[in-house]
Order: sequence, then C-alpha cells, then structure tokens
Amino acid sequence: MISNDNVLEVQDLKTHFYTSRGVVKAVDGVSFALKRGEALGLVGESGCGKSITCFSLIRLVPRPAGRIVGGKVLLEGEDLLTKNEKEMTKIRGKRITMILQDPMMSLNPVFTIGEQITETIRVHQKLGKMEIWEKVKEMLRLVRIPSPEVRMREYPHQMSGGMRQRISGAIALSCQPSVLIADEATTALDVTIQAQFLSLFKEIQEQANLSMIVVTHDFGIVARACDRVAVMYAGKIVENAETRELFNNPAHPYTIALLNSLPKMEMKVDTLYSIEGQPPELHALPPGCSFAPRCSHVMEICQREYPPQKEVAPGHFARCWLKG
Amino acid sequence: MANYILKRLWQALICLIGISVIIFFLSHLSGDPVLLMASPEATQEDIEELRRTLGLDKPLYVQYWVFISGVVQGDFGQSIKWSKPCIDVWLSRFPNTLLLGSAAMAFSLIVGILTGVLSAVKVGGWFDKFGKIFALMGQSLPVFWVGLMLILIFSVNLGWLPTSGHGSWKHLIMPAFTLGWYFTAATTRLSRSAMLDVLDSEYIKMARVKGLPEYLVIMKHAFRNALIPIITLAALNLIMLLNGTVITEVVFNWEGIGRLVVDAIFARDYPLVQCCVLIASMLFIATNLFVDILYAYIDPRIHYH
Repeated sequence: MISNDNVLEVQDLKTHFYTSRGVVKAVDGVSFALKRGEALGLVGESGCGKSITCFSLIRLVPRPAGRIVGGKVLLEGEDLLTKNEKEMTKIRGKRITMILQDPMMSLNPVFTIGEQITETIRVHQKLGKMEIWEKVKEMLRLVRIPSPEVRMREYPHQMSGGMRQRISGAIALSCQPSVLIADEATTALDVTIQAQFLSLFKEIQEQANLSMIVVTHDFGIVARACDRVAVMYAGKIVENAETRELFNNPAHPYTIALLNSLPKMEMKVDTLYSIEGQPPELHALPPGCSFAPRCSHVMEICQREYPPQKEVAPGHFARCWLKG
Repeated sequence: MANYILKRLWQALICLIGISVIIFFLSHLSGDPVLLMASPEATQEDIEELRRTLGLDKPLYVQYWVFISGVVQGDFGQSIKWSKPCIDVWLSRFPNTLLLGSAAMAFSLIVGILTGVLSAVKVGGWFDKFGKIFALMGQSLPVFWVGLMLILIFSVNLGWLPTSGHGSWKHLIMPAFTLGWYFTAATTRLSRSAMLDVLDSEYIKMARVKGLPEYLVIMKHAFRNALIPIITLAALNLIMLLNGTVITEVVFNWEGIGRLVVDAIFARDYPLVQCCVLIASMLFIATNLFVDILYAYIDPRIHYH
C-alpha cells in the first residue's frame, strides 16, 4: 500500500569527486521522493551515478576524493546531510539500509552468519541475548533460509550465492528500516535465483510496507518490482514516472532509446538497436543537455542550456527541451 | 584435525631425521676437532688415543648411529669446549634468549601492528608518513649501528641504562628495542598492506552500511581478516628470535643462543653445533605446525584433512 507521505525526499543532491583530472560531478542535482511502501527503480547505464547517489543517501561516499557538496536528504523529515558521523551510525542499518551488489563478497568470511545478523541488531536495539537469537531465527525464516538454527552457525562460504544474498537481505531487514536500497542486488545472481529473490523481496516489501530504492540497469526488474522509475543520465535524473506510464509513454529521448535497445521476442531483426556514441565524461560535461551529443532530436538550445524539469503528464516528469 | 596433526608430526619426524643427517655430515666437514683439542706437545699416540676415546676413529655411519641414538634418549653428547653435556650448555643460555626474544617479539607485535593498522586507517595522513619512515629506518639501519648509537646516547652520554650484560629490566631495554625495531619494520609494513587490502573489500562496506561503529569495523571486521599474513610473519620472526640473534647479543654482550652457536662453530665444537641446530629445527617445525593449526581457528574457510 503506497501512502501519500514521503519517507524519503532528496532535494538537489550533489556529490562530486575531486580527482587529478578535475571535478567529477557524479551526482549533479538529483531530486526525487519516495513514498511509504513504494518501490522506486533507479535506472541508467554504468557510471551514470546511480550507486553514488545511493551511497550519498547513507553518507558513505568513498573518501577522501568524494564529497557531498550540496542538497538535502530528508529521511522522515530529518536532513541526513546535517548529521554528524556518530548520529549517522545510529541511522545507518536501522532506518535506512542497503543490500550490496555482490553477495559473494559482501559477507565477512570469518564470522558466522548468525553473528553477522546479531551484531546489527545488537548495535541498534537494546535486546537480551535470547531475544536477539529469536529475532535472528525469525529473520532467516523470513528470507526462507531452511533450518535457521543450523544455518546461523555456518559461515558464508558454506552457502550458495542466492542464499548469501537472502542473508544480506535478512541483515538489512533485521532492524525494520524505513528505506531499503538494493544496489544491483540481483545482478550477480543466476536468472532463476534472481526471479526467486525478486518475488521474495516484493512479498516482504508489500507485507512490511517497506520503501525501496532498486538500483538496476535491467528494465525487466523494473517492470516486475518497481512502482515508479527514475532514469539517470550523467549524474542527473532525466525522467521520473510511474512504471506503467514510463513504459507506455516515455518522454525523454534517452528513455525512449533505452527502451528501444531492449530486444523484443516478437520481432526478428538483424542488428540490435544501440544508442550511438559514449556516455559523456563526468569531469568534462558538455554545456547544456548532457545527452545532446547522442540525441537524434537535438536542437540548438539543447547545446546551450540544461532543460528544466517539466511535468509532461500528472506525476510524470522529464527534463527535455522537446517537452516545452 | 587430529588426523592432520598426526600426519604433520610424522612428516616432522622424517624432516628431523633428514636435518640430523645433513648437520652431522656438515659439521664433520669442518675439520679435525682432535687436533684442536689435543695439547700442543701431544704425541701422535696421544692424539690417536683421544680420537679413540671420542669415538672419532670409527666409520662415519657408525658415529652417526651413536649420535642419533643418543639424541633419541635426550643425550646430545659432550660439548668439547665446555666439557659439559651439550644440552646443559644450551639450557643455560636458552632462558636469556627466551627473555630477549619475547621482549623483542612483544615490542614488534604491539608497535608494528598498531602502527600498521593506524597507517592503513589514516592512509596518506601524517601518521602514515611517520609509519613509513619508521619502518624504512628499522629495516635499513644495521642492527649493530642502532645498538651502538643507543649505547652512545643512553649509556655513555645520558648514563640512564647499562651498556651491556644482563640482570635487571634496565639491561633488557636497549637490546630488546634494537632487535625489536628491525622486526617491527616488517610487521608494520605487512599490517598496513594487509589492512589496506581488507578495508577495500565489500564486507567492510557492508559493515559500515549496517551502522557498526568505526572501531568495530576496524578491529573486528577488518583486523580479523588481516591477521593471517601478520601471523605468518610473526611466526617466522619468532623462530629467528628464539634461535638467537648474534649481532645484538655481541653488541650488548648478551649471553644467548646465537653467540653460543657461532662460538661453537669457531671452536669446532661439533657436538654443540649439532645440538643447537637440531633444537633450532625442532622449534622451527613446532612453530610452523602451531601456526598452521592457528590458521584454521582464525579463518573458517581453512580446513585440513
């Protein structure tokens, strides 16, 4: 059930990297809102700033090169960017958390999975030892790990990739977060395991009325798991709409091109469609619209000024001069 | 695990037999000890007599058999130079080596790991730069020079510490530091690089995402994973320290195993050389076995069959 209040509101977020080659504007004025119980897909090519956006939300941008230089991240009305590190450790993992991309690497090899779930609960909640164990078992059951009493004494290397990713899920869910970010959480999994993981998470998300940000480059996942989609290009969100609306009426030429790049079963083609050119270098963005050099509808104004955000249909936003 | 340990003990035994053969023949290549032992005015008959009493007139394989059956019963033979059982001579020196070795070891572990870990956590910072210089100096300054400089500053100029010998904790400070610094250097560098590798990993990112406080991220999640290479190095260092460190012992006139062996070699005291080398090999094998078992406790992915 999606309610109307925003759990998370991101306003004009900017994260830059200061490198020897210049300032890389990895996240360059990103704004979006996430409603309670909503799953938002964050889509874009590699290097467009999806992951850095997510790490900015939980304030774990790689340092010292990366810095959040502006904007607001309002989690239930509180601006996370004004918190100090100590306050952030109390928020991270408890109210906003993340599942990382590679389940084979994201669990610590030298601790039992029971310990890895336990410690998360221990730092965030005041519970007795027995209560925590019960909770860990409950979490493992929630993510469908068979015989949790046995499994919680085992180490990550004794489990399959799909299981490990579900355990990452159990860790993420163990403190009932308001917002869960899944950063390419299914990319490293086999397709069948991917489907299982997705449907499990969809189910948990609906039951717990959890708000999720699903970072992916796979429109199949978006179609299956997301209520809304935000399309990112070169550090900016270029289009943001409800999933069905975006698939039916894409407004931005980049979104249209992305959707056209998906191979279709019913059509026989000799060559697959691809977008001409390369994504721009983030430390040397062209003036005006960053997509202009690759856009087939490019106009004179596109090369001068970045288009403002326009509401092209109710709840459907795009940044393109074609739309006004 | 029990099977594995039995297998390793069996291998250790074979290894020790091999070492005993090599060291036995090597020490017998070093010249005729009888000529050294006999007094200058000894006649050829006296010399032959001495050779017979020492059993040196027998064929080498018989001599080896006598030697090795003694060793099995805990008898490493008489020291020629000390006219005492070799094992007694060794035992009289070992406590000194153990004391100096453990002091240097403790120093190198505590200072080395702390410096390495802190350098990795604050990589590129002033502490990291200090750590690098500290490690570079420890590894490149010759031990005898460091020892002499310390004596010059703290004994001769300041008069705070005794120049040499042993007896009190004051005697231990300079030799332990001199020796420890050298071993600290490698420990620092290895701890730093091991920690840097680990800190870059996904599970550390995950530990932070979970909201763990930074000290848990570093000391629990990162350090435990960085331990394997650190322990490997520490074990090698420990073996070297326990088998004596000649230069430091000479500089500070410390009566340890290192000097004992070198003196025994110069005196052609071959039973004592054999005794020291064989015990050194045993310590080496025992330490390695202990460390291998320790690995399995630190990293659950390691299994022995």
